[in-house]
Amino acid sequence: MSHVIEMLNIRKEFPGIVANDNITLQVEKSEIHAILGENGAGKSTLMSILFGLYHADRGTIKVRGQEVHIASPNDATDLGIGMVHQHFQLVQTFTVTENIILGKEGGFVLDRKSAARKIKALSEQYGLRVNPDSVIEDITVGMQQRVEILKMLYRDAEILIFDEPTAVLTPQEIEELMQIMRNMVKEGKSVILITHKLDEIKAVADRCTIIRRGKMVGVVDVASTSQAKMASMMVGRPVNFKVVKEDMEAGKPVLEVKDLHVLNIKKTPAVKNFSLQVRAGEIVGIAGVDGNGQSELVEAITGLRPIVSGSIYINGADISQASIRERNESGVGHIPEDRQKRGLVMAASLSSNMVIKEYYREPFSKHGILHQDTIDKHAQEICDAFDVRSGEGIFSHAGKLSGGNQQKAIVGREMALEPDLIIAVQPTRGLDVGAIEYIHKRLVEHRDKGKAVLLVSFELDEIFNLSDRIAVMNSGELVDVVETKRTNEEEVGLMMAGVRNKEAAL
Amino acid sequence: MKVKIKSNAFLIAVSAVILGLLAGGLLMMSIGSNPFEGFYYLFRGGLMNMERIGNTISTAITLMLVGLSVAFAFKTGLFNIGAAGQMLVGGLCATLVAHYVFIPRPFYLVVIIFCAFLGGALWGVIPGILKAKFNVHEVVATIMMNWIAYWSIYYFVPAYLKGPSLETESKSIAIGQTLRSPWLTGIFGGGYINLGIFVAIAAVFVIKYVLDKTTLGFELKAVGSNRFCAEYAGIKVNRNVVISMMIAGGLAGLAGMAYYTGYSRNIQIGVMPSMGFDGIAVALLGASNPIGVLFSALFFGMLQSGKGFMNAMTEVPPEIADTIIATIIYFTATSVLFSRFWDSVGRRKRDKAQQKSDQDESKEEVSHE
Repeated sequence: MSHVIEMLNIRKEFPGIVANDNITLQVEKSEIHAILGENGAGKSTLMSILFGLYHADRGTIKVRGQEVHIASPNDATDLGIGMVHQHFQLVQTFTVTENIILGKEGGFVLDRKSAARKIKALSEQYGLRVNPDSVIEDITVGMQQRVEILKMLYRDAEILIFDEPTAVLTPQEIEELMQIMRNMVKEGKSVILITHKLDEIKAVADRCTIIRRGKMVGVVDVASTSQAKMASMMVGRPVNFKVVKEDMEAGKPVLEVKDLHVLNIKKTPAVKNFSLQVRAGEIVGIAGVDGNGQSELVEAITGLRPIVSGSIYINGADISQASIRERNESGVGHIPEDRQKRGLVMAASLSSNMVIKEYYREPFSKHGILHQDTIDKHAQEICDAFDVRSGEGIFSHAGKLSGGNQQKAIVGREMALEPDLIIAVQPTRGLDVGAIEYIHKRLVEHRDKGKAVLLVSFELDEIFNLSDRIAVMNSGELVDVVETKRTNEEEVGLMMAGVRNKEAAL
Repeated sequence: MKVKIKSNAFLIAVSAVILGLLAGGLLMMSIGSNPFEGFYYLFRGGLMNMERIGNTISTAITLMLVGLSVAFAFKTGLFNIGAAGQMLVGGLCATLVAHYVFIPRPFYLVVIIFCAFLGGALWGVIPGILKAKFNVHEVVATIMMNWIAYWSIYYFVPAYLKGPSLETESKSIAIGQTLRSPWLTGIFGGGYINLGIFVAIAAVFVIKYVLDKTTLGFELKAVGSNRFCAEYAGIKVNRNVVISMMIAGGLAGLAGMAYYTGYSRNIQIGVMPSMGFDGIAVALLGASNPIGVLFSALFFGMLQSGKGFMNAMTEVPPEIADTIIATIIYFTATSVLFSRFWDSVGRRKRDKAQQKSDQDESKEEVSHE
């Protein structure tokens, strides 16, 4: 039997939405099979059905040719199916070995030693390089992911499902993970890779099943299909990878930061002596490796974090001591880094979320009484204009939306405020190409209207794609500001490591 | 801010109540009593005549106001476990007014309501400020405040409200100064019924309005659901914590008024009012929704006032009624199970309807051919 997994005509419905509509997935033995789809297309639902977390409304599942009923993750494990979730399920204070044997301890007395030996052997066999005795909280995120992988191998999984495994990894770690996947296939295992990143599929997958809005679009042979072709199948229309942007003369400064000093949560200096201007009609990108003071800088500008010294001006007015609301009103829009923590109230309706910065003003309320009709109408306009899709429209809980739609809602809300300055932090993190393209276009539009955009991103592609000027940050300091046209990724990469422009030229 | 409660909150509450009663019935059987007889007298005790109904309602008044207090704080993400202390202080203020303020009835009622609310609000606002300024957990602070109130009564009652004979309670309030009204008492043929019922019902609707329709409610719920997002949006999180605790305290203060100057006519020394904690149960069963609180308070009020009658008429001890309440709370807290159950029922119905319409369609197609 050549198909190790067959999911035939799977249908799964949630209130208001059909997550999987007649989807068929066939995975061959010893292949890396990618599942490609936009956020909310139904990839994770399909895999959750395979792993026993959800139950299909219709359809059959066959494992190695046998029709099976998978009622729980335990059934899936018994069938040799293992899953690495996006969010790791590890006990932080336990060692690698303890985490791996958790739930499979064996007899009454723990035999850590032989378990550790088996783990070490597996680790070497697949090139994982995990130390069985390390404590989870001491090892990197990439290593933690490998512990999750070892957990499956320890349970003799033959089919390994990876749910968006690279979202949390550095480029180097991604490369290593790809190699690990290849090793697994070499050893006769099968891999299912859920992702929306085309280059990863291209790099590692053999075949790819593409899903769009709950329906199967097709199965393609990866080697003979171009990225553009896969992208358009996923989104349902041709996709531009490059943002179209006209040259534009920048106007007067909208944001001015002077000699700013900010402490981080541990009370150590995070932003040091930082000065920067963002002018009307330009996008300034802040490039830097994560954790070099970008978050603290943005929090200082938006008022979420107090400053030690220095000043911040918006349109010439000093706002460095103003309240958050005063800053919002003075024309600062903010697309926050963590959309689930800061950006939205997940338990509240989309409608409420769309006015969370304006509810206290007319026409949304008067004398403290809300005008629900006006609020709903406003929310509907944002959702229409920004293509926010949800099961129950503006009455859906924000938490029920897919990540891409959540982000589009936030971008829509901020844009609707028509701020003179919009601060976008990692605006496309975790989004699929369709949504990325869309949000990029909107940011450029905002600039074209003569407004200012401050973009913070850890992805150089994005910085180069959007920015007119690039400010490079390293350990809280501004390394330099360069014009995008007069620099390249290599130079900016060096500056991100703290090497100054002029020194590099020598 | 529309934070939707689960649409099946009502079904969950009803399932919890039914299972709670069932469990109570099993308990009665296990001690050799007839559960039907037990329940018969339990409900009869709460509802058999107008006076009994009046007593059920008057027990419910206190529970409703305390439940509202807990529910309101809960909407802002705060756990007000200090309703008992707030009741005591609100009740003390009301009692002082009852003994010392002699003005025409309408003004008198306004003053007593105002003072009771203020007393409770003071007791609530202190933990609120401690939470906002120093991040002291409100559960710890409100429990402390309970005991401060408890011991303050030991001082205030003998000092200002000393009765002629008994050392353990304040002197009785003159009947004309209580919340009892000859008109209401007449309708219900005696009992404890008092004007607090109107205060409680008004409070339910005012709080519902504040939560659903005002910018204040919007802010409070935003802070309660996601304080980080509220902060980001420019809402003053700490100010809302203080306001929420103040209003919650005030509501419990009104409960104290209804209890000490309506239901009873004096304050006892050394008794922490247990309704202060029963209110948590009321809020839970009512899904922190004001209307839900109204009905769950009436239900618990009935159990409370019927249990004595049940005990008098049968062998069933009154603690069975408390056990039923506890079981209901247990089932409410594990409501996830019910919501799954009702979801699957709903889905099966939809599937059937879907199949039916599919069949109808295919029939139509056939007939077209």
